[in-house]
Amino acid sequence: MESCLKDQIGAVLLPGDVFTFIKTETISLTDTSKAEKIICGPGLRRNGDDVVVCKSGVLRHKHPNLYWVDSQQRRYVPVKGESVIGIITTKSGDVFKVDVGGSEQASLSYLAFEGATKRNRPNVQVGDLVYAQFLIANKDMEPELVCIDSSGRANGLGVFGAGGLLFKVSLGLVRRLLAPQNEIVKDLEKLYPCELVVGMNGRLWARAATVQKTLIVANLLESSENMTAQQRRTLFKRVADGNL
Amino acid sequence: MSSHLRTTMEVCSSDGFNFNVTLREFGCEQCLLSRPDGSSSFIQGDTSVLAAMYGPAEVKVSKEIYDRATLEVVIQTKVGLPSVKERLQEQCVRETCEASLLSSLHPRSSLTLILQVLHNDGSLLSCFLNAACMAFMDAGLPMSCLFCGVTCAIARDGQVITDPTATQEKESRALLTFAIDSTEQKVMMSSTKGSFSVHELQECIAISQKASEKIFQFYRESVQRRYSKTL
Repeated sequence: MESCLKDQIGAVLLPGDVFTFIKTETISLTDTSKAEKIICGPGLRRNGDDVVVCKSGVLRHKHPNLYWVDSQQRRYVPVKGESVIGIITTKSGDVFKVDVGGSEQASLSYLAFEGATKRNRPNVQVGDLVYAQFLIANKDMEPELVCIDSSGRANGLGVFGAGGLLFKVSLGLVRRLLAPQNEIVKDLEKLYPCELVVGMNGRLWARAATVQKTLIVANLLESSENMTAQQRRTLFKRVADGNL
Repeated sequence: MSSHLRTTMEVCSSDGFNFNVTLREFGCEQCLLSRPDGSSSFIQGDTSVLAAMYGPAEVKVSKEIYDRATLEVVIQTKVGLPSVKERLQEQCVRETCEASLLSSLHPRSSLTLILQVLHNDGSLLSCFLNAACMAFMDAGLPMSCLFCGVTCAIARDGQVITDPTATQEKESRALLTFAIDSTEQKVMMSSTKGSFSVHELQECIAISQKASEKIFQFYRESVQRRYSKTL
């Protein structure tokens, strides 16, 4: 059943492409037949017995049975559990409104910070950057962010962003940067030591030793989106040699 | 930042059918503008359209629809203000897009499509539709199927010309534009002008369906080229 999806791994798919699963006509009486399961990630939808593609992109697979379409979109759609960089836009009563780049502003409770109590409010101002995680994100409800994990620890989340630079890239590049053992990040580490915050909503924040180096890092990351590994290495080498 | 890819294709074939489908040279570029969420330019011969797609974004309360996204299509003319003709074309494009988009996945949000005419040399409405479809794909919006536009002109002698130029359009007796979907090759929208018989309409639909296969193949090739670096 999975074979027709397996054949297409790495292929470019377009909306409307259909995967039909051929059911085995004969039922074996000796073997206990087990239904094969596949998990459809973003870009794949189930329609009756078929799986239909609804986004253009490359089909990816993760062992054992997870499939999704990897597309290069720019607009973020909130997903539960994802970590994003948000900008505080308003303070109203006990919630902050946060711009995350989606279709709606997300809400962030003042109690959802580490060590915050009703008496001890966190110091968050309008315009601050927060690294937060989605607690609620679905199409029918207002998205809600938190800056703590389930045990009440910050764990890297919270207000940040003094002296750095925030810029936007495509969601595809962000996912590539977050992949474990990513080559772009490795190449960058060798070039300059820098701090990098990567939000799943396509926002990147970088800080290096000097303003000039921060700008170089930002430009390198922006340009590495449409480069092959070879092209990127030559560019990084040129920067390392000091001739831009 | 944007990938500049240009793909061109010559479509000429008779395929043993008693009619031959000849389309002009096609060209397409995706992700060429940096500000919008999705953009494309589509070229059919000398006709050229630039499309920009914004969304899913915040929507005005007056335009909010509680169970699906609000789609707005704006056509910008090359010179002068948009007139009734452009409004009609906007409606044709909007209704086709609404049929193919899965807008219920993004309720209470707005989708805005801007179509800028760069040059009009006939078959403009079909070029709008093709540019719109490529922009939607670039923006990564969920769609149930693709669509394409095909324009047919019926000449005085009854000959059917697909993808006509402006002069061919002017000399024609009737002008028909169809939007065809990619899954079943069915007609999603039709816009006609002039007089024609039922038989001629059937013939034009059949020709458009034949031509749509070529256009969808072209779509696939240009998207493949776009993703060739991230494979």
